[in-house]
Amino acid sequence: MNWYGCWAFFKKEIARFYSVSVQTVFAPVVSTLLFLLIFGQVLDTRLDAFSGLSYSQFLIPGLVMMALLQNAFSNSSSSIIQSKMYGNLSFVLVSPISPLELYIAFVGAAIVRGLAVGMGVLLVGWVGFDLQWYSVGWVLLFAVLSAALMGGVGLIAGIVSEKYDHLAAFQNFFIMPLTFLSGVFYSIQSLPPFWQTLSMFNPFFYMVDGFRYGFYAQSDVSVYLSLFITLVFLVSVTVINLILLVKGVKIRH
Amino acid sequence: MNSDPVAVQFESVTKCFSRLQALNNVSFEVKQGSFFGLLGPNGAGKSTLINAMSSLVVPDSGQIHVMGHDVQKNYRQARRALGLVPQELISDPFFSIRDLLIVQSGYFGLRGRAQLAWIDELLVRLALADKADALTAQLSGGMKRRVLIAMALVHKPAVLVLDEPTAGVDVDLRRTLWAFARELHTAGHTIILTTHYLEEAEALCDKVAIMQKGEIKALEKTQDLLARHPYRYLRVTLPETGSFNPQDLSPELAIRLAEREANALLFKIEKSLAMEQVLAWLQQDGLNIQDLTSRDASLEEVFLDLTGAQL
Ligand SMILES: Nc1ncnc2c1ncn2[C@@H]1O[C@H](COP(=O)(O)OP(=O)(O)OP(=O)(O)O)[C@@H](O)[C@H]1O
Ligand SMILES: [Mg+2]
Repeated sequence: MNWYGCWAFFKKEIARFYSVSVQTVFAPVVSTLLFLLIFGQVLDTRLDAFSGLSYSQFLIPGLVMMALLQNAFSNSSSSIIQSKMYGNLSFVLVSPISPLELYIAFVGAAIVRGLAVGMGVLLVGWVGFDLQWYSVGWVLLFAVLSAALMGGVGLIAGIVSEKYDHLAAFQNFFIMPLTFLSGVFYSIQSLPPFWQTLSMFNPFFYMVDGFRYGFYAQSDVSVYLSLFITLVFLVSVTVINLILLVKGVKIRH
Repeated sequence: MNSDPVAVQFESVTKCFSRLQALNNVSFEVKQGSFFGLLGPNGAGKSTLINAMSSLVVPDSGQIHVMGHDVQKNYRQARRALGLVPQELISDPFFSIRDLLIVQSGYFGLRGRAQLAWIDELLVRLALADKADALTAQLSGGMKRRVLIAMALVHKPAVLVLDEPTAGVDVDLRRTLWAFARELHTAGHTIILTTHYLEEAEALCDKVAIMQKGEIKALEKTQDLLARHPYRYLRVTLPETGSFNPQDLSPELAIRLAEREANALLFKIEKSLAMEQVLAWLQQDGLNIQDLTSRDASLEEVFLDLTGAQL
């Protein structure tokens, strides 16, 4: 392993989003907090999601997870498509960095960005609302695994996209609907049976549900099932990425 | 001579882009310490061949070894031995020139004071020191080209490949780059260069390969290639050619007329033909000769003869 090379590339990826952190960290935190402000205020007294919790308390972990997922995705996807457009991807492609090292660095940076945005939302939620911390371990585990998974999905999307349009389509027709319909804003137990069943096919649902379990020890499905499914997806996405990177699909000719 | 160690070896390298055959069974080797020119018209496959050395292009079949390392199987060692200056200008919207060089060094596992000193030296040598903190977007084309050269040199590769390094570069800078390339060559680097300026290849390269349509058409020492071309050029300066009619020339001269300039005629003469004979023809035609110069063929003319194509 060329660990130092991998580390150098990881640091470069961090520096990349940090250099535009208003846009990559601050803006998503603010826009997520708008959801909290609006939905929390309007629905706080009308909805009971989980027993003994206010709607805002229920909502905050979901919003944190949503922000984390979207930003982990967008970090790796926009990084790789930008480097393809500017051509500077070839700087790393001609270096002795292996596909696995490339993958680790991309996903590592996506985790950092996802966690940074998630923490921003969480801090405000924590200060303003009565969050409970049932298990920091579960919270962290789901945060890291989910960010890794979405970093990987973003990498696939960035690799196969030939222009920003393709990526935007992926984001708008795939990532956005799946995150919005993943139980961020409601417990799926409040849905009609058909929609409940459909939600079970949404991988994002398990990440949100497991993450929320870490705060309140309540969830729609068993936390172990959520963990298992998240891991299965993470492994699949990792395998797909390694195949794409080893073959050089759309990045080597 | 032939026992010199090999720097780069191409074995039956073939590459198709959908139906276009960009490389057709290319095999040759470049010796260590050589200054090698890769010439050919647009679309000949030069860049494709060069990019295959760094796996930016993956051949359909065939093998490439750089300093003995297979570029696919032992890609880490092969890439450590190779520095590639790509033909297209590449930029980065986030990092300054110095940071780009530091990051690139990191990819090769290089860091510390000695590496920073080498980066500073590169910046100075390529006249980029005052731009070290600028972003690539703030640089001119020629400066970007130099940044790419610096990027290719951070790890002091044994083999340096320059894909048209002097395209769009002014005369002054071209001279500087030539001097720098010569110096790297003297310091022991093997250099492979593609260029459309044949005088450049003639001035720098000890050996040249001429590519066309994905195949190697000729591969020789530059001197041999020039010598093999059995012509010399005779330039006849006249007072003015406005009223001159090529039909006035005797047929022997008319068939050897290569070019007509404002006030001169250029004849392409077989080396086997005695100069006396040519002079006799000129005299016989009663041309009012002001001046006569004779020279050997340039690489450009040899190239045209071999490929029938314009560079
Ligand atoms: N990524 C690619 N996809 C499809 N075709 C390609 C690709 N890269 C090169 N080609 C084609 O392969 C052929 C060889 O191209 P290449 O860039 O190697 O030529 P070249 O000799 O470097 O030309 P130039 O002197 O113009 O730089 C061209 O016909 C080109 O259109
Ligand atoms: Mg080219």
